[in-house]
Amino acid sequence: MNFLVQYNFIFRAIFAGVAVAALSGPLGCIMSYRQMAYFGDTLAHATLLGLALALLLNINIYLGLVSVCLLVAVVVSYLFDNAKIANDTVLGILSHFTLSLGLVLATFVRGAKLDLLAYLYGDILAVNNTDLIYIAIVMLIIMLSLSRLWNKIISAVISPEIAHCEGVNIRLMQHTFTLLLTLVFAVAIKIVGVLLLTSLLIIPAAAARFYAKSPFSMAVIASSIGVGSVIIGMFLSLLFDWPAGPAIVISSAFAFFTAYAQYKVIH
Amino acid sequence: MSLLTLENVSVEIAEKLILDNISLRVERGELLSIIGPNGAGKSTLLKVILGLISKTSGKLIKLPGLRFGYVPQKLKINAFVPISVMRFLQLLPDKYQARMSVVCNDLGINNLLDKPIHNLSGGELQKVLLARALLNKPDILFLDEPAQGVDLNGQNKLYELIARNKAKYNCAVVMVSHDLHVVMSGTDKVICLNQHICCQGLPQEIAQNPKFLEIFGAENSRLALYTHQHNHQHNLDGSVET
Repeated sequence: MNFLVQYNFIFRAIFAGVAVAALSGPLGCIMSYRQMAYFGDTLAHATLLGLALALLLNINIYLGLVSVCLLVAVVVSYLFDNAKIANDTVLGILSHFTLSLGLVLATFVRGAKLDLLAYLYGDILAVNNTDLIYIAIVMLIIMLSLSRLWNKIISAVISPEIAHCEGVNIRLMQHTFTLLLTLVFAVAIKIVGVLLLTSLLIIPAAAARFYAKSPFSMAVIASSIGVGSVIIGMFLSLLFDWPAGPAIVISSAFAFFTAYAQYKVIH
Repeated sequence: MSLLTLENVSVEIAEKLILDNISLRVERGELLSIIGPNGAGKSTLLKVILGLISKTSGKLIKLPGLRFGYVPQKLKINAFVPISVMRFLQLLPDKYQARMSVVCNDLGINNLLDKPIHNLSGGELQKVLLARALLNKPDILFLDEPAQGVDLNGQNKLYELIARNKAKYNCAVVMVSHDLHVVMSGTDKVICLNQHICCQGLPQEIAQNPKFLEIFGAENSRLALYTHQHNHQHNLDGSVET
């Protein structure tokens, strides 16, 4: 019992990591179908700007973070439609602009309130009870939304034209997905950090692609690979004193290359 | 009341006039063929009706609650999504699954259900898309060159399937074809499109219409009706079944 109390930060970390990795599975799949890795990176970088702003203005950091991400998403979609610039250029501009602005603003945050390294690379062992509550809320929102909208989102991804004719609101699906993505990012920063956020979604989904026969099974497999990577990554981190975030990402990348090698051997 | 009415609809894309002053009606149970040369705006017309492209001016009046089925000319199926034909058809809400076994039987796609959708041939994919469109309980079925990439024998069968299902579900069919010679049998009305509606009417009237001859040339004047002869069947090797 004493052991449990003494090491309960580890259990909090495991719970947070496992929950976030499980949520990342289905969202990562959709992200990979829509080739949104770079868009994800842009949102992820915007989270740092949101964090810094929230700390400066002294508002709830989750609120600041989600609002800034959504604002950036709006700017991205406006520039996609209106600026005659290639989409990846738009993302390249905003991704690095928001990251730089976040880094500069962070220097104005006084005192030890902002541990920049912890935000950039994650600090899974520092997960506290408030974080767990936020994770639970996000989990509830995402599971409810996905259970209602999964088929529509997949329809819209496979063929927007057909989905539109069947009465699916494509824009609404896209915006909902962006919102869900932002929510996961908000709670995932503590796990892997701003710089590695998208990898938590993209890599397990990519590994799952080699085994999956349907989007749903791919989501389940991606979640499992994500959860496994978090556990192995944390183990490596505790055992060898590696930074936890990068250890998790390395574990999932290892899963990806293993899956790919196995697929190549079979086919 | 017509299912669908277009009044003086024009479409400009990037300041280029694509459709000019189009007026037409679609009635329940009718088969409307839209023919015209490449670049005439046939696919654009369908997309405007379906709400995929917005019109620049004019009116588009739909009967409230009107449901569409759409088989696009070229479907870019997202190659990154692993999905079987069965799952693809099951993406529609549950209330549209009721017709599943009947539609799959009618279209003869039961043997395809477990295949990944990316592995289908052109003709197989057309049938699967037609199945999905039919499941959606459409009032109007829009088919954009449905016989493209399907061999002649397959084309006949496809047309036959379309005619059968149109009768079965009492929906209207709007079919686009760039093949000026072939208009499906049972066509109630032909619209000859070249940015604007050159002429419209019964198939036999169109073939004699001077505007049709002027635009599409005398060599196209023999507007052929596809009529399928039911007097024999082919075996798999192509020989005639006896």
